[in-house]
Amino acid sequence: MTEVANKYVAKDFKSDQEVRWCAGCGDHAILNAVQRAFAELPHKKEDYAVISGIGCSSRFPYYMNTYGFHTIHGRAGAIASGVKTANPNLSVWQITGDGDGLAIGGNHFIHEIRRNVNLNVLLFNNEIYGLTKGQYSPTTKIGTKTKTSPFGTVERSFKVGQLVIGAEGTFFARSLDANIKHITATLIEADKHKGASIVEILQNCVIFADKTHGWITDKEHKEDRQLYLEHGKPMIFGKEKNKGIIMTSQGLAVATIGEDGVKESDILVHDAKKEDPFIHLMLANMVGPDFPVAFGVIRAVEEDAYDEKVAKQVADVQSETEFRSMDDILSSGSTWEV
Amino acid sequence: MDKQAKVVDEIVIRFSGDSGDGMQLTGTLFSDASALFGNDVSTFPDYPAEIRAPQGTVGGVSGFQVHFGHSEIHTPGDYADVLVAMNPAALKANARWIKNGGTVIFDKDSVTEKTLKKADFTTEDPIKELHLDGHNVIYAPISSLTKEALKDTGMDNKSILRSKNMFALGICFYIFDRPLNFTEAYFEKKFAKKPQVIEANKRVLKEGFNYAANIQALPSYKIEPAEQERGLYRSISGNQATAWGLLAAAEKANLKLFCGSYPITPATEILMYLSQRKDMGAITFQAEDEIAGICTSIGASFAGKFAVTTTSGPGLALKTEAAGLAVITELPLVIVNVQRGGPSTGLPTKTEQADLMQALYARNGESPMPVIAASSPSDCFDWAFEAGRIALEHMTPVILLTDGYIANGTSPMRIKKMADMPTIKTHIAKANDEDYQPYRRIDKELMIREWALPGTEGLEHRIGGLEKLAVSGNVSYIPENHEVMSLERDKKVKQVAVNIPDIKITGDTEGDLLVVGWGSTKGHLEDSVSQMRAEGKKVSFVNFNYINPLPKNTADVFKGFKNIVVAEINLGQFVSYLRMQYPEFKYHQYNKIQGLPFTVDELVAEFNKIMEEN
Repeated sequence: MTEVANKYVAKDFKSDQEVRWCAGCGDHAILNAVQRAFAELPHKKEDYAVISGIGCSSRFPYYMNTYGFHTIHGRAGAIASGVKTANPNLSVWQITGDGDGLAIGGNHFIHEIRRNVNLNVLLFNNEIYGLTKGQYSPTTKIGTKTKTSPFGTVERSFKVGQLVIGAEGTFFARSLDANIKHITATLIEADKHKGASIVEILQNCVIFADKTHGWITDKEHKEDRQLYLEHGKPMIFGKEKNKGIIMTSQGLAVATIGEDGVKESDILVHDAKKEDPFIHLMLANMVGPDFPVAFGVIRAVEEDAYDEKVAKQVADVQSETEFRSMDDILSSGSTWEV
Repeated sequence: MDKQAKVVDEIVIRFSGDSGDGMQLTGTLFSDASALFGNDVSTFPDYPAEIRAPQGTVGGVSGFQVHFGHSEIHTPGDYADVLVAMNPAALKANARWIKNGGTVIFDKDSVTEKTLKKADFTTEDPIKELHLDGHNVIYAPISSLTKEALKDTGMDNKSILRSKNMFALGICFYIFDRPLNFTEAYFEKKFAKKPQVIEANKRVLKEGFNYAANIQALPSYKIEPAEQERGLYRSISGNQATAWGLLAAAEKANLKLFCGSYPITPATEILMYLSQRKDMGAITFQAEDEIAGICTSIGASFAGKFAVTTTSGPGLALKTEAAGLAVITELPLVIVNVQRGGPSTGLPTKTEQADLMQALYARNGESPMPVIAASSPSDCFDWAFEAGRIALEHMTPVILLTDGYIANGTSPMRIKKMADMPTIKTHIAKANDEDYQPYRRIDKELMIREWALPGTEGLEHRIGGLEKLAVSGNVSYIPENHEVMSLERDKKVKQVAVNIPDIKITGDTEGDLLVVGWGSTKGHLEDSVSQMRAEGKKVSFVNFNYINPLPKNTADVFKGFKNIVVAEINLGQFVSYLRMQYPEFKYHQYNKIQGLPFTVDELVAEFNKIMEEN
């Protein structure tokens, strides 16, 4: 991608269209964060393409003053893959949700990850279908009562991080709608990563699943329930900054520094670049009440991007071939003169 | 050759054996040798859907028919002059396709208790049981002579028997006076790293040739080279011609091609041929499913490639919703549907024309799309090019229909020079055009919107599947606007007719019967009409390649005839469409739906009947 010195402010990325999400919807904050991130990233405005599927979150492109494509339900991943492969110089952002990306679009989701197409995928996870007014989604917690599960769901739910890692993902990060600064920083990391960068954003639907992430976001306890990971830094959290993640023979555990002989040096140091996904998977899957939920870049492993490999293969073949035009192809091989 | 060869106009030869016997290759080598010799050729492979169907059974028989001659050849032929059958099952499966008095070359070594049982014969003489004893039957010891020829090579029995198809080919080369050198050169290229295999194949081919020369009973035919337009020729299958026609369109539009596709019989080869053309800058994206196939192409079209997606009927069904997205976003896209027998999985390896209604209408909402159809293996090149021209010049998705019959069949193609092909005009918007609006119509007659490519400064805009406000392209739910936009999209497709030629009539412009066909039935219909005309009947023929919109002069052509018959390989889809478009005419119809092309005989009989009764 062509990198340029940045000359934009967030406002440059606001389109003239009225934003129509519900008051109090987490999407407003995410839009704000994306516009701030775009203003900081080293790309020209005309090189951004924002591609979405269908759902509340997928209205996103209309509100961005960039190239945008509001496509069809579940297919944003495939369309974004086509855009990026066709023109690797573009900075392509896919906006999707838990229904669009993981239910109807599940197949495209795992394959864009497997191929490692250089896309930034923002998966707004509110654990509900909002646009169709409140049906359970693939991430709805088991037992939840919704419009289509009046007695509680009996389906198990997807863990987004585990799905990404299972599909051989090279990048997985998690952020929270309430933390604009963190989203912005995380998106900048996603942009830097070559390959499919999946950013799960826990987002609140005030109408149909209000406070679905309430345990995590609870003002009283959030420091004890949110762990912000940074590559190369110890996994410390808590109001007193004295809790941390340690490795035991049983797997990960939460320990308090100074208790039971635990020293700061016993706390695990986050290595997002480790190829082996084992610890990344455990971190991504941490849930309450025994664990805090992990935020930040959980996994960022270097690997060539699909679109670059495609472009390179074309360039390599072209540099070696004698064929310049279809005239050469048409008259190649067995032909005869009449 | 020391005996006098009988000169004939045209011959149909059908190779048949187990699906692992190499019959497709044998047929292709014979066809290529004939084409290089200067004959006009048309071929038709007929094989089971299973890659290795149960050995020795009738269901597992694979066939390849070659029709060649010194005048123009339009079809692979109805019935075979010569049937090569490598085992009893092949004999049984193909007995109905042998011409009266035709020749049967049968591997007599293949007759065992086991092979007879597998093919459900009840006697020990399959020829007699199938009432083929009136034919010229050559009981050739193909397996044993192949073994004899290769006994001192040290090859194992299984490898040796793999060459027996070349013995059969050698026999045919003798009968039809074909030179061996082309096929020998093929062995040398194909098996360059396996000199033993080259030697074995050459030897068996030659042994077959010599065997045929030594048994005096064989008839020998000589086919003179065909009279063809001067130029450079090559043999090409419909799928290869489709791939190359699309690439030619990309070159003439000064764009690079992108094909998002998912493998499906019988369309896969187009993706395969395109994937070989990185030298032309073509990108192929083998997607995770049919939907991703079209969606990646829509993304690539948005980004400025000449985008295509290739599929067959069931795949087109899956692509339906996304095709509608291409309609409402007015992006150029070619969707190739190589039709096969349906519904559902249907007959994957057999031909049919039953996706016409699907191509025309199977989308939600008012969703018009140009539809065109190819008529022969080699003209797939021209129609693929034309599909690209319409898509790019009119900013619309286009469906190109071919089918299993022409996709897998081959015919000689006169090679066009790129310089002689028309330039395709694109409508790419210019950077920093302050007046740019996504849905302004730069051509009010043709209703074309511009193509503003991501990466172009100053043209940032949003498109999508929601209804657009006229001109600005913003989302709009205004009732009147929806009607305006529906009419604009409708007009845009109708106006494609402005740039398509009038339909040409074969024969007189007035008469007793007009035979109407579309797409791949052209060869059979043309032959049946010319046969009837030679008998003095007042019959003419029109073949439609443009289905939507229809050529402007269609009704004028229909007016000149007492009767109109529409013949197609389905239950009457084009005739229904014509009844809707031009209800002022009365149409007869002739339909066949057996997974097979028409035969000229059945068409002539049917058309004569219509003329007698009306």
